[in-house]
Amino acid sequence: MAVEFDGGVVVGADSRTTTGSYIANRVTDKLTKVADYIYCCRSGSAADTQAVSDIVSYHLDFLQSETQEPPLVRTAAHLFKGMCYQYRDQLSAGIICAGWDKKDGGQVYSIPIGGMCVQQPFAIGGSGSTYIYGYVDSVFKTGMTQEECMKFVTNSLALAMMRDGSSGGVIRLAIITQKGVERKVIVGSDIPRFYEG
Amino acid sequence: MSSIGTGYDLSASQFSPDGRVFQVEYAIKAVDNSSTAIGIRGKNGVVFAVENLVTSKLYEKGANKRIFSLDTHVGMAMGGLLSDARCLVDIARTEAANYRSQYGSPIPIKYLTDRVSMYMHGYTLYSAIRPFGCSIILGSYEDGQPSMYMLDPSGVPWGYYGIAIGKARQAAKTEIEKLNMQEMTCEELVKEAAKIIHIVHDEVKDKTFELELSWVGDMTKGRHQLVPDDIKAEAEKYAKESLAESDESEDEDMA
Repeated sequence: MAVEFDGGVVVGADSRTTTGSYIANRVTDKLTKVADYIYCCRSGSAADTQAVSDIVSYHLDFLQSETQEPPLVRTAAHLFKGMCYQYRDQLSAGIICAGWDKKDGGQVYSIPIGGMCVQQPFAIGGSGSTYIYGYVDSVFKTGMTQEECMKFVTNSLALAMMRDGSSGGVIRLAIITQKGVERKVIVGSDIPRFYEG
Repeated sequence: MSSIGTGYDLSASQFSPDGRVFQVEYAIKAVDNSSTAIGIRGKNGVVFAVENLVTSKLYEKGANKRIFSLDTHVGMAMGGLLSDARCLVDIARTEAANYRSQYGSPIPIKYLTDRVSMYMHGYTLYSAIRPFGCSIILGSYEDGQPSMYMLDPSGVPWGYYGIAIGKARQAAKTEIEKLNMQEMTCEELVKEAAKIIHIVHDEVKDKTFELELSWVGDMTKGRHQLVPDDIKAEAEKYAKESLAESDESEDEDMA
């Protein structure tokens, strides 16, 4: 999940990777850096998304050497889109590309399976996202502060993790602003709790 | 000034004993023989002016333009062999379009200049092909900042505030240096550019010419366009009046 605010973005994800019903990794970091100020949330096949984000990261690094400037979030999103669309028949990758750049500030781009690319004020993805569409639509409002965005992401992920068997573990956050990237982890009893039956 | 290569000038793949690649130098001479083109980078954009010589009254007006658009935001003026330049325009346009398709943003002019210069340089390395016989001036206005580069047949790009290429480049350069271009807007520079072309045009050797004027900047919202007819007419009027004034003042001095 990623949310844009004035001055940056808040990116968040759960930490569960499964092979069937076995939890292969309960502390996964699904927030992957592709550039100093651009991260992506990976969902779908872990192998596919790791391979694609490695390639995008390489391209962005090369571009940065050539232009002597940090890459735009839009550029990263288009590179993801190009690859996800061209190889759509072979890949199973849902990606949310979010970050900050000097030109357009904080941006969130959603690149779901199939390879479409669309900029949104916030985006959710992954198997757990289906359970929280109602929640995010009812709670989201434009003009939120960084703290409000963090609360929004944390609550949404907590609810999804509670209902979806393929989601769980800890909540990982990354706040990307002009100052840089701040990583946070929310574990155990710090994860917000709602109605538990 | 004529330098004889004596055997070291037959192909671009050979250095001369004093470290020169004569083929590239000869290509530069081809540019020096063409009619003048100038570019001026002002405060809020870039202006191109080209002296397009008309060698026959039978030509259709506006044929064989020497100013091109490489993308919506990048313009190019050339001097030298027109067909060589047309080839580069194709290459540059493809490069710009591919960048836009791959990265989702318009190509930064610095990046495009790098690519075109690498391409031109490639043609200076082999004996089977000759270097491009044209110099090209690229101009753009990105994020509130104007930029202008000139690439000569060797492929080397230089950034400029003011540049002149072609047969009257020395005279044009002198005139350009008189301007405080970094403080002037394109609206002012368009008139000055037209004036400079009229000043350096040789009425005796070359008869008629068509003035080509284009600009890219704040006033065109970052799009490279030919200067609109009314502004062009004003600029030419200013140019001809300034020329008439200076002619008059010369006569007075002589009297």
